[in-house]
Amino acid sequence: MTEYTGLYQRLYRTRVPILWWLRRRSYLAFVVRELSSVFVAWAVVFLLLLAHAVASGPRQYQSFLAWSAAPWVLTVNAVALALVVYHAVTWFNVAPQALVLRVRGRRVPARVVAGLHYGLWALVSAVVAWIVI
Amino acid sequence: MPDTIAVDVTRYRPDRDDRPTTQRYEIPLRKEWTVLDGLNYVKDRVDGTLSYRWSCRMGICGSCGMTIDGDPKLACETFLTDHRPGPVRVEPLHNFPVIRDLVVELTDFMAKLPRAKPWLVTDSDKPPPDAEYRQTPAEMDEYKQYSMCINCMLCYAACPVYGLERDFLGPALIALAQRYNLDSRDHGADERLEVVSAPEGVWDCTFVGECSRACPKGVDPAGAIQRYKVTAAKETLRSLLLPWGRR
Repeated sequence: MTEYTGLYQRLYRTRVPILWWLRRRSYLAFVVRELSSVFVAWAVVFLLLLAHAVASGPRQYQSFLAWSAAPWVLTVNAVALALVVYHAVTWFNVAPQALVLRVRGRRVPARVVAGLHYGLWALVSAVVAWIVI
Repeated sequence: MPDTIAVDVTRYRPDRDDRPTTQRYEIPLRKEWTVLDGLNYVKDRVDGTLSYRWSCRMGICGSCGMTIDGDPKLACETFLTDHRPGPVRVEPLHNFPVIRDLVVELTDFMAKLPRAKPWLVTDSDKPPPDAEYRQTPAEMDEYKQYSMCINCMLCYAACPVYGLERDFLGPALIALAQRYNLDSRDHGADERLEVVSAPEGVWDCTFVGECSRACPKGVDPAGAIQRYKVTAAKETLRSLLLPWGRR
């Protein structure tokens, strides 16, 4: 550090603490959203494994079901479901900030943009549920 | 209402301190007093050695940004009564080196600022017009929000990415680039693209969104950055698909 002489500034520099993300609720919410990506990836892998088991015949499918019923898989999937929903909701809520739509020269209000996301989500879920059930 | 409130101010005197310390001042608590009024009281009546920046007292100059009770705020817009019963914690803005007390070093932003060309870039092929540039209210609405920036640096203090990545251009600078890109009189979008779409430009931003919450002028830098990401991605795609076309 340069000596303070009246000519040279002697600046005080702080380092960002490792636990900076615990400083504010919004930082924590952000870090959780980023980490939830891992569980989004897990959900995709789980779905691919399910599709593979279905394609490989009834025996494979039964053993996949048995494996899915194991307590640790159930726990991981419960956590994954919560975090995937959190991921989707937090993204949909910030989507209007990134998406500027214009209809007949007028900007579509943020609520409508977010609402369309949720509406589409509900629609796709309903279609998937109808196919599966 | 009690007559006084305690203010805990971070002091750093580079000629004698190795690290900042906190000093408590008891100041009168008046309904119409902001934190800046309180600091001015201290400076005038109690301790003339206290250093901080201020000028306009009305949220226009952007000089009095500080961390007040943990939040980046303009001291002239933060009322003491909203922080009762106190003590009110007043620290320098986060993410910047401290010169003295509440005065921070802003050269990093000043050095980066011209890279985004925050001015109207004219079409060099055409001669300048004889008359004024005309603009409709709708064209002005496109960029007006981003032109409200007063360079107070609250968004930089709120941004955890800027604290961790010193090369990041930062929220206000990208919002300013967008302010000119969206201006119908400007022709500099292509020149700004290279700077703003670089890794240390929009792609360093992870959309924490705190910059927009901290902004005292409602600029929404986070929104500007996300919109620019879409533009940058489109331009990259276009240059890949149409390498012979205009960049």
